[in-house]
Amino acid sequence: MRSGKTTTRRRFLGQAGAVGLAGFGAPSLAFAQAGVDWKKYAGTTLEVNLIKSPRGDTLQKYEKEFEDLTGIKVNSEQTPEQQQRQKTTIEFSSGRPSFDVVHISYHVQKRQFEKGGWLADLSGYIANPAMTPPGFWSDFADAGKTFAMNGNAVGALPLSVDYWIIYYNKELFAKKNLAFPKTFDELVNTAEVLTDPRSQTYGFVARGLKNANTPVWTSLMLGYDKYAVDRDGKLQTDTPEAISAAALYQQLMTKSAPRGVTGYNWAECQSAFLQGRIGMWFDGVGFAPPLEDPEKSRVVGKVGYGVMPAGPKAHAAATTGDGIGVSAASQHKEAAYLYCQWAVSKQIGSRMLQAGAGVPFRDSVLADPDTRKGVTMPAAWVDAVAESAKISRLTLPVIIPVTEFRDSFGIALSNLLSGSDPVTELRRATAEFAPVLERSEKI
Amino acid sequence: MNLTATTAATVPPVTIRSGKTKAPGRSFWPFVIPALLVVVAVILVPWAFTLWMSVSEWKIGETHHFVGFANYWRLISDDRFIQSIWRTLVYTVLSVVAPLILGTIAALLFNRKLPFRGLLRGIFVMPMMATPVAIALVWTMMFHPQLGVLNYLLSLVGIGPQDWVYSPGTVIASLVMVETWQWTPLVMLIVLGGLASLPVDPFESAQIDGANAWQRLRYLTLPMITPFLLVAVTIRMIDALKSFDIIYAITQGGPGTASETINLYLYSVAFSYSEIGYGSAIAVVFFGLIVLLSILLLYLRQRSARIMGDVK
Repeated sequence: MRSGKTTTRRRFLGQAGAVGLAGFGAPSLAFAQAGVDWKKYAGTTLEVNLIKSPRGDTLQKYEKEFEDLTGIKVNSEQTPEQQQRQKTTIEFSSGRPSFDVVHISYHVQKRQFEKGGWLADLSGYIANPAMTPPGFWSDFADAGKTFAMNGNAVGALPLSVDYWIIYYNKELFAKKNLAFPKTFDELVNTAEVLTDPRSQTYGFVARGLKNANTPVWTSLMLGYDKYAVDRDGKLQTDTPEAISAAALYQQLMTKSAPRGVTGYNWAECQSAFLQGRIGMWFDGVGFAPPLEDPEKSRVVGKVGYGVMPAGPKAHAAATTGDGIGVSAASQHKEAAYLYCQWAVSKQIGSRMLQAGAGVPFRDSVLADPDTRKGVTMPAAWVDAVAESAKISRLTLPVIIPVTEFRDSFGIALSNLLSGSDPVTELRRATAEFAPVLERSEKI
Repeated sequence: MNLTATTAATVPPVTIRSGKTKAPGRSFWPFVIPALLVVVAVILVPWAFTLWMSVSEWKIGETHHFVGFANYWRLISDDRFIQSIWRTLVYTVLSVVAPLILGTIAALLFNRKLPFRGLLRGIFVMPMMATPVAIALVWTMMFHPQLGVLNYLLSLVGIGPQDWVYSPGTVIASLVMVETWQWTPLVMLIVLGGLASLPVDPFESAQIDGANAWQRLRYLTLPMITPFLLVAVTIRMIDALKSFDIIYAITQGGPGTASETINLYLYSVAFSYSEIGYGSAIAVVFFGLIVLLSILLLYLRQRSARIMGDVK
């Protein structure tokens, strides 16, 4: 993709912030140095609700360390993303959620949780030196703080950021003597050149499944310098830019994607890419680890990690994020806060980054040389993360009815794959969704 | 009700020690009340609550207020809902007819004396025992346009690859294939039971009169097993109408909304969009649709029973 990887990586690490204070080798020691009384709530039992993901896996894998550190017993469960969103909404609405700690997708649940008042305000705990070490909050990247804050209140602590990048098969590129695309036009051309249905090789794949496909389109819209909802809360989904992005999605997915892509979520895209017959796959950076796993992948060592090419009006990397917070109804808020603090700790962040399970929001983790040494993913992956961070933009609007938004436009995008007209589909979906958005802000 | 009347008429009044007589009807209540309470608690109260919610605007996490019939008016102009009704009907009809035909043929076959008949019947009914989600996952893999075995089998006979559940044009037919594979054995078992209960005499008479195999099937077997076929139709219709797990696991109602039946739409509205009021209105209309279809089937069954009575 690019030459001078070392330079880029160094630049990224330099920009990422100050070097971390604590080492990551000895867990208890690292936390003990922080000066927080971790044992204060020993004997408490916490219920923890996690989203099924590599982040959730990491937290569960090391939760015994938290129990040993604090004497707090943790009962955690992971629920698949869609079901977790339904479960948390229903349980919070009941007023008696079954969990003390909840893992949230900022890009879907932030506005809803804020409006419902469902999360405890953690700002008091963060300011309390007996509960939080100094410099904790200032270590988070601005994007994470923006996600976490609602006015002066702090909801879920920033856990992991996900940039959308392009995974590409270097071997297929080399066979056709192609370079990684730098613009949307080049992206389309490269995808079409790589496509050869006779050998079942396809140039491009991305999510085609209704609802899951909406972020693909909104990410393309960013290249036209347009957000789905503007600062005044008005829908921009039938503007010329939105239509161009939809037409681009249609072109890529009908001319260069495998048959049946309309049923693909990220998992199917990943499976197809793992088989070695897909030129480019557009999705979140957190899906990388299986690609480099020899037991699961036929493309180990052949994967390139590219930053999203520039659009006609802007160069942007679509961004989403996860947080972890405390239920406002919890009877064990302090203990739950300690869990959240542990979950976003440098140590856990370092492990997530090293395993490629997620990119922490904490600058000191990204800057730590020991963490860097342990990263199992290739240097190009770190480069892609670093370059994407510089051009990061939120891909989904911060609104309450995110699911309806994703469904309405997801159906329109699915219909495009059957040959429908982008203008007609987007106008229909916009007309359908506009009253839903309006109602959500009135109530 | 006839049973109660008969019982009341034939059982003499109970005389208790004080010498007073007690009406026999009253003594039934202690036995009836527990069941009545369960019916009220499990069926009537939830239904009354659903009706109440259907005339309210209530989104989970927000306040609840009465809106009259606004949700029902909204349904009339909701294209997604109207299309889901149409899809539900198409899906139900196909999911009843295909297993009915194949199940009847299988029953006629397995009614004959075949070698290893018991073993073959056992193998044939195995799909019924499988878990719907497991079935869905296996069929999803089979439907895969690149890696699926179905397209491979088609390629062996020179037919090009199909999109199966990944195309709006073929998704319903593909899902019906899964339903048919799973539920044909049920129809076969019901019809087989019917065939076993048929008298031998009419068949012997017909044979003596010179009726061939087709005529015996057309004019004797099929009319005589019609009540059993109607039982199978009723069971299959209920199953197909409420079908959710297989469709959700394979397509989630897609591509787009091409396989979104009322159940799936109801699920989206109530649990993904958290619109409990509007979802309840959909549930009430869906219930009305089921009642209408059930009445139609009951009418057909009674008519068939009358005809059979006339024949006897």
